[in-house]
Amino acid sequence: MSAQVINQNLAAKPGKPWRITPRELILDFVGVVAATAAALLTVKYTGMRGQLGFIGALFFYAIIATVVVSIIKADIKSAANSVSTLFIYIAAAFVVAPVMTVLFTIISRGIKGLNFGIFKTDMSVALPDSPLNEGGLLHALIGTLEIVGFASVICVPIAILTALYLTEIRGRFAGLVRFLVQAMSGVPSIIAGLFIYAIFLISLHGKYSGIAGSLALSILMLPTVARVAEEVLKLIPDDLREAGLALGATQWRTVSKIVIPAARSGLITAIILGVARIAGETAPIILTIGGNDRINWNLFHGQMSALPFYVWREYLYGGDLASARAWTGILVLMIIVMFFFTIARQLGRRGSKA
Amino acid sequence: MSTNESDLSAKISNKEGQKGRVGTDQSKALSNVASARKGSERSERNFVGTGLITKNLHAWFGKKHALANVSMEFASGTVTALIGPSGCGKSTFLRTLNRMHEFIPGAAMAGSVMLDGKDIYEPGTDVTKIRLRIGMVFQKPNPFPSMSIEENVLSGLKLAQIKIQNKEQILQESLERAGLWKEVKDRLGEFGGSLSGGQQQRLCIARALAVNPEVLLMDEPCSALDPGSTLKVEETISHLAKTITVVIVTHNMQQAARVSDYTGFFLSDNGPGELIEVAPTSEIFSTPKNPKTEAYVTGRFG
Repeated sequence: MSAQVINQNLAAKPGKPWRITPRELILDFVGVVAATAAALLTVKYTGMRGQLGFIGALFFYAIIATVVVSIIKADIKSAANSVSTLFIYIAAAFVVAPVMTVLFTIISRGIKGLNFGIFKTDMSVALPDSPLNEGGLLHALIGTLEIVGFASVICVPIAILTALYLTEIRGRFAGLVRFLVQAMSGVPSIIAGLFIYAIFLISLHGKYSGIAGSLALSILMLPTVARVAEEVLKLIPDDLREAGLALGATQWRTVSKIVIPAARSGLITAIILGVARIAGETAPIILTIGGNDRINWNLFHGQMSALPFYVWREYLYGGDLASARAWTGILVLMIIVMFFFTIARQLGRRGSKA
Repeated sequence: MSTNESDLSAKISNKEGQKGRVGTDQSKALSNVASARKGSERSERNFVGTGLITKNLHAWFGKKHALANVSMEFASGTVTALIGPSGCGKSTFLRTLNRMHEFIPGAAMAGSVMLDGKDIYEPGTDVTKIRLRIGMVFQKPNPFPSMSIEENVLSGLKLAQIKIQNKEQILQESLERAGLWKEVKDRLGEFGGSLSGGQQQRLCIARALAVNPEVLLMDEPCSALDPGSTLKVEETISHLAKTITVVIVTHNMQQAARVSDYTGFFLSDNGPGELIEVAPTSEIFSTPKNPKTEAYVTGRFG
């Protein structure tokens, strides 16, 4: 017989035959209840105590329950699959849990001191243990924005040119430069602070100032921006470079008019990630900017404050109110960093779509 | 197998080529297709400039000798197809013609490529000027993603920092020559990436044409396209003929037969790629002189 089209089932309804059956659902439910109950009983009648004991016990019983349920449902092979899936879920939870805990703590403690007033005033007429509606962190916020902004001004051209050397020039020293940039990203931040302290403040007899902080932070920002920018530029297909060159463009014209515009959103992401990386850096800031309770707009003259410095100083002062200020400072800093990360992610997503 | 230079030059000189083509006995289907192109519409544009001549051209990648002793002449205003199995050096050859070969690390070459009587490999030659005169279209359509259709077409002029007097005219003329004007004239501001694959490739052709090159090199321009788009690009090539010298590398022998005046057959026999035979296209597909060519075009290997 020749093949023919069977055309009887025109009124088909969309269905999901792979959906979980009631029997499987009940089995899963029983497994969860059994593991939880066993963990509760263990905590009640054995030496294991508290939340940590419960989580440990639950982990143990969850594995047993998963194996038993899988064997009832199918066979030993599917049990191995389920257990490995369970482990992956738990590992993911272990990664997320600390972040969520930190976020929760910062928000719950920092929200107390969060009011509009803190963005309007500095600490020039308030003490760390003054009431929370007196004195704010405007001076620190301005300091952070100026110092980080100028660090970007110093760092971004150098970092992007470094990335261009690695991806476009591909010079003889590319391997060495790449290695050094990678090594640089592992430099502890206090080393960057001490380096600028030794050079700028001691050797050159400079004073504590915002610019010293910017210099220290730009050292930390450089490897992040350069590495991300390199990755982004590597994604631009060589086809485009060849197309530019084949049209009679010089390499510089090809890079500046084709490669960089094509990688633009990725390069912006690289810069934002660099900003997010340094916004919360504390050690180099403490060593270089000197601190100030007043607003100092001048990056090049006079001591400045910054959010991490503010947090550090309020924390050192001690007491409930000063601590509350420190937590609020951390919260504001967190919001700034999260804001930059979110923008970077959004841009990165848009870039990968195009 | 070595090729005889003077013999080749004689074969390929324009006049004799035309005569040969018209007078060919059209016994095989492929040669029929090749000759059918004769009647196709051609642009009124007058061709200026001369063809391209290679003399004893060799190319290496590191220690690998990829191409040996190719001497070929591309008469002005003709379309020459380069065919041969993969790895026979035809793409390498094409890339030596506008000095794109040298971008590959470890690349080396010997011999000469004469454009308008001057060796493009002569020390001191401004390579960007050479590439303005010898344009290139690549295997995969590669419009610049950050630019609109209009900006893509004019990008060559901008990149080479040539002042544009009559922007609209160049834009329209380039797109018309590439056979894309009608399709995109109302959407010139859209991104090049919004076009279909075949349209993108024709956009790349328009981009290459906008700088008004004398020679256009095409490296398997249809291998990433569907048959419909391939046909459009082939029509474009037919329209371009006589106004520009075209050298096209292709794996598709029907395509070579459809679009080209001359065909060169390359082959690598465990050594460097060599030019086995070059002749008017209808001859290559009907009465090739070399048995290896015959074996290839009749599908017995490759």
